[in-house]
Amino acid sequence: MTQQTESTTPAQTQNKSSGRNRTTRHHMIAFGLIAAFVVIAPQFLYPVFVMKLLCFALFAMAFNLMLGFGGLLSFGHAAFFGGAAYAAGHAAKVWGWPPELAIAFAVLVGAAMGAAFGFVAIKSRGIYFAMITLAFAQMVYFYALQSPVTGGEDGLQSIPRNSLFGLVDLSSDGAFYWLVAVIFMIGILFVYRVIHSPFGEVLKGIRENEQRMISLGYQVQRYKLVTFIISAALSGLAGGTKALVFHLASLVDVHWTMSGEVVLMTLIGGMGTIFGPIIGAGVIVAMQNYLADLGSLVLIVQGLVFIVCVLTFREGIIGVLAKWLKTRL
Amino acid sequence: MFELLGIPPQALFGQVLLGLINGSFYAVLSLGLAVIFGLLNIINFAHGALYMMGAFVAWMLLTYLGIPFWAALVVSPMIVGGIGMVIERTMLRPLHDLDHLYSLLLTFGLTLVITGLFQNFYGVSGKPYPIPAVLTGVVNLGFMFLPIYRAFIIVMAVIVCFATWFLIEKTRLGSYLRAATENPEMVSAFGINVPLLVTLTYGFGVALAAFAGVLAAPVYSVNPVMGNDIIIVVFAVIVIGGMGSIMGAIIGGFGLGVVEGLTKVFYPEASTTIIFIIMALVLLLKPSGIFGREV
Repeated sequence: MTQQTESTTPAQTQNKSSGRNRTTRHHMIAFGLIAAFVVIAPQFLYPVFVMKLLCFALFAMAFNLMLGFGGLLSFGHAAFFGGAAYAAGHAAKVWGWPPELAIAFAVLVGAAMGAAFGFVAIKSRGIYFAMITLAFAQMVYFYALQSPVTGGEDGLQSIPRNSLFGLVDLSSDGAFYWLVAVIFMIGILFVYRVIHSPFGEVLKGIRENEQRMISLGYQVQRYKLVTFIISAALSGLAGGTKALVFHLASLVDVHWTMSGEVVLMTLIGGMGTIFGPIIGAGVIVAMQNYLADLGSLVLIVQGLVFIVCVLTFREGIIGVLAKWLKTRL
Repeated sequence: MFELLGIPPQALFGQVLLGLINGSFYAVLSLGLAVIFGLLNIINFAHGALYMMGAFVAWMLLTYLGIPFWAALVVSPMIVGGIGMVIERTMLRPLHDLDHLYSLLLTFGLTLVITGLFQNFYGVSGKPYPIPAVLTGVVNLGFMFLPIYRAFIIVMAVIVCFATWFLIEKTRLGSYLRAATENPEMVSAFGINVPLLVTLTYGFGVALAAFAGVLAAPVYSVNPVMGNDIIIVVFAVIVIGGMGSIMGAIIGGFGLGVVEGLTKVFYPEASTTIIFIIMALVLLLKPSGIFGREV
């Protein structure tokens, strides 16, 4: 899915260096705003709600790395998110691991699944790629449904948070919030670094013109696979953290509707933008939170938002904002 | 009675039969997807929701209007097919020139809306739909009892699959369709109304889904999420058969249904995942699918 985020007009090319500084300044401002939000939010919002938001924002950023920057639409990211949630839950509950190790294990599981699925899936493109990732995720779903390890229909319940490094007690939401906040900030800074690294530039090149990158001598398949693994690992980070936040890993996390939700978050926020997925996740999580009483109406509203976005609002919130500010966000 | 590999024949044939019935639904559903994919180049994610809608329309026709099964078998696909044509005209057409992944996302959104609407009005519990009187009862085949309605499903699926194959491969309309798949500009230069053909094709594919829904109504309970899980299996079926391949959809559908049934006998734990495992293997060996052309 090619999204033109970097349209360079002649005027822009002329003062490229000053434009670049301006863009970097905008990014710094955006990071400042995010950090400020993360610090202040628990003062006026329910901490669990904010933690949920941060987990999903991280998940959507991980997903956007593939869709927005790699041009690969995965319809099976729930597998990594949910699979890692089960992994973290199992590590914390059965093995009694502290949260940092449980989450690290979740990241590993996410990366391993990404490597296995990616190895098969990257051989295909476009719709085929979407179908294959979807089918793999469904395998994971059925495994979670039947296996005694994952608790079937009940999922893993009352997952303990244990204490950080075996020392700091994190059982209260207020204390656990700061761990989630740190994980989130590290996560988004990591994604930012990846996007702006030489690796990220090659990735954008592949998105725009794969044939050309092949003829330039890049090992396109390897780049795609690495992107897939990074994205899966970060989804695992988000999923593992989420399991500890809610003390719960369940079938909802691995179902294909979760894969669809993350696509929607990215789409609303603006695919191929850096900060869009965060805003998109915020919109969806808030919507689910405030419309929760309406039951199945949430599904309808979510579907309608999806349809409207695809038909008329393909640039997303941040995409439009970036255009308006004449910058990249 | 004789035994095969320690499995009683009743269980074996029973599961093969169940597999054939599931395979009938896979075949008709993947056939609709293949027809749509062939011409429009999009994956119709809403296929499962429209299958559910077909079953629900049949239930509504019976409950509110007293229209029996036989009429519903024709009327429901027509209604749902009509809705499909409206969807194509109003929503899919504006996306035609964009990346096809947008169409996939749009139909995903449609799935949420359709499922949500039926859930809102009818809840998640199933609605019973009676088997038509003529088709009740069982036949004793000697080695097992065959419910007549189940046999009817298989026969109907085979007829519909054959008719669709005949329509596309052997008739003039089908030749237009195949030509438009290859080169829409050229075909429209010959004076054929390609946009109309696209709308009709989408409507037809959707009608096939609704037809499968009506067939499913008496055996599965009619509920808003009945299409949710079957559709993902059907996606795997068309990937295995080769996307857009009519033959791949039909043979793949029935074949994988039977494979799934056999897995239930020999290794029940894997029965829900066997199709996805086969899909992964096929992709490693022949990425375009068994009957697909190289991409």
